[in-house]
Amino acid sequence: MPAWPTNNKYISQSTIRVDAVAKVTGRARYSSDIQAEGWLYGMILRSQWPAADISSVDLEPARKIPGIKAAVTVKEGSFTVRYYGEEIAAVAGTTKQACLDALRAIVVKASPHDQFVVKEEDARQPDSAPVWQGSPNASKPRVRETGNVDSAFPECAAVIEGFYSTPIQIHNPMETHGSTVSWNDEGVTSWASTQGISSVRDGLAGALSLDQSQVRVITDFMGGGFGAKFGAGVEGVLAARLSREAKAPVRLMLTRFDQALAVGNRPSSFQKIRIGALADGTLHAFEMENYGTAGIGAGGDSGGGGGGANIPAPYLYKVPNARVNQWSVAVNAGSSRAFRAPGNPPASFGMESAMDDLALKLGMDPLELRLKNDSNKIRQHEYRLGAKKIGWKEKYRPPGSSSGVVKTGIGCAAAAWPAGGGTRSTQGEAQISPDGSIEFRIGVQDIGTGTKTVIAVVAAELLGLKPSQITVRVGDTNYPAGPGSGGSTTCASVSPTVYDICSNALSQLQTLSGIPDARGDNWFAACKKLGVSPLTVHGQWQPGLSADHAGGVQFAEVAVDTETGLVTVLKVVGVHDCGLIIDRLTLESQINGGIIMGMGYALYEERVMDDLSGVMLNPNFETYKVPGISDVPEIEVVLVNMPERGVIGIGEPSTVPTAGAIANAVANAIGVRVTSLPITPAKVLAALGKVPPAMKS
Amino acid sequence: MKNAETTGGKTGGKTGGFSRRTFLKGLGTTAATAMAAQTVAVAEELEKANAERVFGPGAIPVTLSVNGQKLKLMLEPRVTLLDALRNYSSLTGAKEGCDRAACGACTVLFDGVPVYSCQKLALEGQGHTITTIEGLSQGGELTPLQKAFVEKDALQCGYCTPGFVMSATALLANNPSPTPGEIKHACAGNLCRCGTHPHIVAAVLQAAGIQNENKTEVVNYASLADE
Repeated sequence: MPAWPTNNKYISQSTIRVDAVAKVTGRARYSSDIQAEGWLYGMILRSQWPAADISSVDLEPARKIPGIKAAVTVKEGSFTVRYYGEEIAAVAGTTKQACLDALRAIVVKASPHDQFVVKEEDARQPDSAPVWQGSPNASKPRVRETGNVDSAFPECAAVIEGFYSTPIQIHNPMETHGSTVSWNDEGVTSWASTQGISSVRDGLAGALSLDQSQVRVITDFMGGGFGAKFGAGVEGVLAARLSREAKAPVRLMLTRFDQALAVGNRPSSFQKIRIGALADGTLHAFEMENYGTAGIGAGGDSGGGGGGANIPAPYLYKVPNARVNQWSVAVNAGSSRAFRAPGNPPASFGMESAMDDLALKLGMDPLELRLKNDSNKIRQHEYRLGAKKIGWKEKYRPPGSSSGVVKTGIGCAAAAWPAGGGTRSTQGEAQISPDGSIEFRIGVQDIGTGTKTVIAVVAAELLGLKPSQITVRVGDTNYPAGPGSGGSTTCASVSPTVYDICSNALSQLQTLSGIPDARGDNWFAACKKLGVSPLTVHGQWQPGLSADHAGGVQFAEVAVDTETGLVTVLKVVGVHDCGLIIDRLTLESQINGGIIMGMGYALYEERVMDDLSGVMLNPNFETYKVPGISDVPEIEVVLVNMPERGVIGIGEPSTVPTAGAIANAVANAIGVRVTSLPITPAKVLAALGKVPPAMKS
Repeated sequence: MKNAETTGGKTGGKTGGFSRRTFLKGLGTTAATAMAAQTVAVAEELEKANAERVFGPGAIPVTLSVNGQKLKLMLEPRVTLLDALRNYSSLTGAKEGCDRAACGACTVLFDGVPVYSCQKLALEGQGHTITTIEGLSQGGELTPLQKAFVEKDALQCGYCTPGFVMSATALLANNPSPTPGEIKHACAGNLCRCGTHPHIVAAVLQAAGIQNENKTEVVNYASLADE
């Protein structure tokens, strides 16, 4: 069995990101920076109605605009649009300004529907306007029961019931979705802003009826995805069709507005939870009814695809008697997509809120209740360590007991991420030149997580070279295929693959050069013996070098101004199991990022729909608030190094517990719970009885 | 655009004075009581006086001074500075994140002041000194700030990085020893979705030569399990 070396020079140390210089100098060319010879701008015309039948789309006036080279409709003939922002047509032209003029010139004949539905609560009603004709908006409930819930609740010493809800969260990567596509006689080349070059290739090939081998996808640099950028996308296919018509490359990047409406979000959840424990705190009974929306795709028997809003439950803790009843509702709004740890942040928020409420009822310290019920040994240690770091013993006080106008509080929550392991099909190769230079090629993409750096660190360690001596090439479907960047699997996919390539390289070099150990000082001598032709070595993912399941715990300390309702996060401590740490620097960055994104989910972020117009009211950065630098608290990260487990991905678990920990800290500060995210000043004041609760619409 | 004035901070500068349209409208009222011939003469004079302010709608020559180089471009007057940099030349370092003055990815220095280049028309940039991320490192040598961004890993996907670097560059030029609060204030107009903020603050402090503590700790699980 292969095994990772110990006493490492680079693995588990801090190595500077290999593409950092390119990124701080502006030299890094992102997908939206590509300037292919003769390129045109592409732009999309979107539905201004939440639901409408489109009888015709006249592109001729757009084609007459000077500079316009192509115009296409999304669908032929008449069709139905089901949300504000759905794609209708697209144009390509020599300037952005020409495209803007052309979009205004397109004549769309539409009959808007009298009725539509954008709010989850409305969509639950059997008589709500169907998003999909002939299908109810609510899916059939899926009920799962273990043990006997009805007889278990009366056996409990304490039972609480709560209604916890989470909003639709928008991914909002800094670079929007999109690509530059060139479609000529040789096939299609797409420079895509994607986290899955292979899935984009296959999606484009399918949509355009091309062989997969005729489509090449390149992603040198991309500006974030967070789960929303796996497919070719309507925008990618439109760019290709425009390119074919215009006989020129087309760059079609979405606007911030487009991004908010049409290319993914995290589903909402409305969790009614009842939970009970025995007198010693052992969880005994759990019942949850949950529904949410994943947009137009969420309906029961709808033709809209499989996007559901289900969450894992009971989250994290084992409860012997549990009944979970979940369903999704379709609404006239853009579909959900995977979003950093799908299902987990809402599940953690609901469950961990209920745990704190239950602890209060039991008269137990909430940390004790967790230690009592969390069967995961690693988290037990993490809880104890995190509690020390934040000063739990000194700081935890009965809810609402802090004095003054600005009250402080403390809370904790945990993550249990099931993925994070490697993708078995990952392949790669290295080309070793006689001058000793070596280039790794793996068909994955670096979405900002540091994948290129991981490859360089592992290769340098195993070959006895420096990371700067390793050339890393990723982001091209011409390289041996790797996985999409999802499920926190990339690090655990590429590291064992690089291990295999290096093992093969060393054994082949040994044979070819006669030098028994080609590593380190012998490297250049061994390579020189290759003569004139480079050596190309293949490798693939190997078992025994990585593991899945990554957990972690977080503690939050907050200050709540009881006169304004403003919540300020003072400090977050995150203790996360990291497996074998590859690069400490990029790992720390990712955990910081998970915590900050989780803070946005806790306090600021929410898609707001207007039920009268069916329009999203905040499709921009002015009114959809992502955390800014001034909001960011002191963050203390503890990286729990577990080389014995091998490499584990960490990107997702780090964002899971933050909202639950912050919500518990707020409840601890003010003595009442805000049960719905985001915890806005208005909700805090309403919980304190200082203003009436928001009107239900 | 001689009267164009720049406003401080991150908002796009507003053109000072009257627009030609409002001026002529006002003139119309006065003209009703004046002799026709005089009116025509006044109008002609005004037309001449205002001629330099009439642009477009077609492309016009625009000369920009960017990173010490003259860029001679043909642009419609409605083309933004960001669009001109990214798409009419090859300076793609400034990024487009929102195109409406909310995210700061397009931040450039305009006479040393950080501005959102998506909120300036390219022609407003004439006669001003513009610096983009590409213009910071001279002869391939990184600035101390860029170096600190690299060493502190003050970037993940890196799309917001040019904007943060420009904002922080302007800060350090005016305030060589900023507090963390001043750094946050200077970068409050820049958004980062990967959540790199703690490292950005650390990088700016390092560039300013100010000690800052990294509280991240590596703990071996084996040592915990032994407890």
